[in-house]
Amino acid sequence: MPANDLRMPALQQGFQAVGAPMLNFLRDVGGTFIMLAGVFVRLKELPRTYRQTILQMHEIGIGSIPLVIVTSVFVGAVAAVQAAYQFQDYVPMVFLGTVVGKSVILELGPVLTALVVGGRVSASIAAELGTMKVTEQIDAMEILAIDPMRYLVMPRVVASIIMLPVLTIIADLLAILGGMLVANVSIGVSTATFIQGLRLFFYVDDVISGVLKAATFGAIIGLMGCYNGFRTYGGAQGVGRATMQAVVSSCICILITNYFLASVLFRVIFYKGV
Amino acid sequence: MISIECHNVWKSFGPKHVLRGVDLVVRPGETLVVMGQSGTGKSVLLKHFVGLMVPDRGTILVDGQDVARLSRKKLFELRMRFGMVFQGAALFDSDTVLRNVGLALREHTDKTGAEIRAIVNEKLRMVGLEGVGDKYPAELSGGMKKRVGFARAIAMNPECVLYDEPTTGLDPIMADVINTLIMKLSDELKITSVVVTHDLASAYKVADRIAMLHEGKVIFEGTPHDIRHSDNPVVRQFIEGRAQGPIVVGSSE
Repeated sequence: MPANDLRMPALQQGFQAVGAPMLNFLRDVGGTFIMLAGVFVRLKELPRTYRQTILQMHEIGIGSIPLVIVTSVFVGAVAAVQAAYQFQDYVPMVFLGTVVGKSVILELGPVLTALVVGGRVSASIAAELGTMKVTEQIDAMEILAIDPMRYLVMPRVVASIIMLPVLTIIADLLAILGGMLVANVSIGVSTATFIQGLRLFFYVDDVISGVLKAATFGAIIGLMGCYNGFRTYGGAQGVGRATMQAVVSSCICILITNYFLASVLFRVIFYKGV
Repeated sequence: MISIECHNVWKSFGPKHVLRGVDLVVRPGETLVVMGQSGTGKSVLLKHFVGLMVPDRGTILVDGQDVARLSRKKLFELRMRFGMVFQGAALFDSDTVLRNVGLALREHTDKTGAEIRAIVNEKLRMVGLEGVGDKYPAELSGGMKKRVGFARAIAMNPECVLYDEPTTGLDPIMADVINTLIMKLSDELKITSVVVTHDLASAYKVADRIAMLHEGKVIFEGTPHDIRHSDNPVVRQFIEGRAQGPIVVGSSE
């Protein structure tokens, strides 16, 4: 055997250590896009699955409202406190409402709502579908000639896409109210001043961009939950692993997509020129 | 009535070769029992019949159609002629018994809610479970879940029912109730049945023919009488339940 061959196993191990995660990553990205395409292809059958879609909208939307209320009120409150701290002596407090409003509508509302709702919803979807997978419920559905993509995946993804913008608008309103309350009570900025600031530089485009971002994040949350749920294997441990992967991947995808969406929305589509 | 033919079917999961050239024929209207140790690929074979798994090599013909080559639409049409009873029942946890059994009827027919409820109640009566329609699977015992699984499998009046370990985990009386049900469905509805089991009492009772799977191949096919009098050492060890013999415990796991 040539001397070089003795090093092959180590070299192979090296390639394997780098190659296997890369291949898994590419498989997951491809699998997710195939699933998304599968949802779009089946959209014409949505009326047949309206009951499941309504149930999922209730579960994802109404079920997340308490979480959204608590998160958004405190996010708005802390935004007001932080802005007031940075404004002191330099910027007139009339701009407090402007900063709180802008930061909430453009960024904090859509992203934080997606992160907290994403954690709850993608975990719940992955755990439910993962349990169905390992207990052969999805096989049972296939045998009954019912397409699990239509019956299970499409309602969840569509419900997420519809409900995330709704939750985001609720979160935006509550966060601004939270900021206004803190401004009034502990910073000493009157409600009238806060609202005056809020109306300065208020653009409908900002709200539209926040809603578009929220809908995209909704798609990510639904897809990550469904994709990881469908890939579950190996009993309770597998369900736990799928749930964890769903939460982690949806959070990471939300943050990465947020950057690219911001670049497209604010540098291209809604760009007002400088 | 459905006929199934397997020709040289191979299936591996990673390094594990589960099926190694299975040749088997299920004749129209018969009850074929597939026996073998745990892990010999009985359930895997069953899933190939309805396209839940695709063979690595070989063909599965159902009424002459190659299952692996069917379009998704054609595959679903074929599956509507099948029913399957799963080992763990595989009932939909979030739905009531009524919705579980009536799901295929709701999805594939234009029947009204009242008509579906009537059919579901009829199927539940056939399996001796009247009045549980509004319960959830979590509220049922193991035997009741299996019987609801039966009712769901026959809701669309299939031409062939596949049973995956129908009596495993049940007490002997409940196991006999299930065996009687399999025979009743086979006799009354004249359907083709394939039963995967390692429960000998069940196999002898329900089978027209028995096939034994060992190390991924069919090593025996015959009537219950034939298997009782077989001199194949592997078959003898299995039916006598001996630890010593050609089957090494754990070899097929």
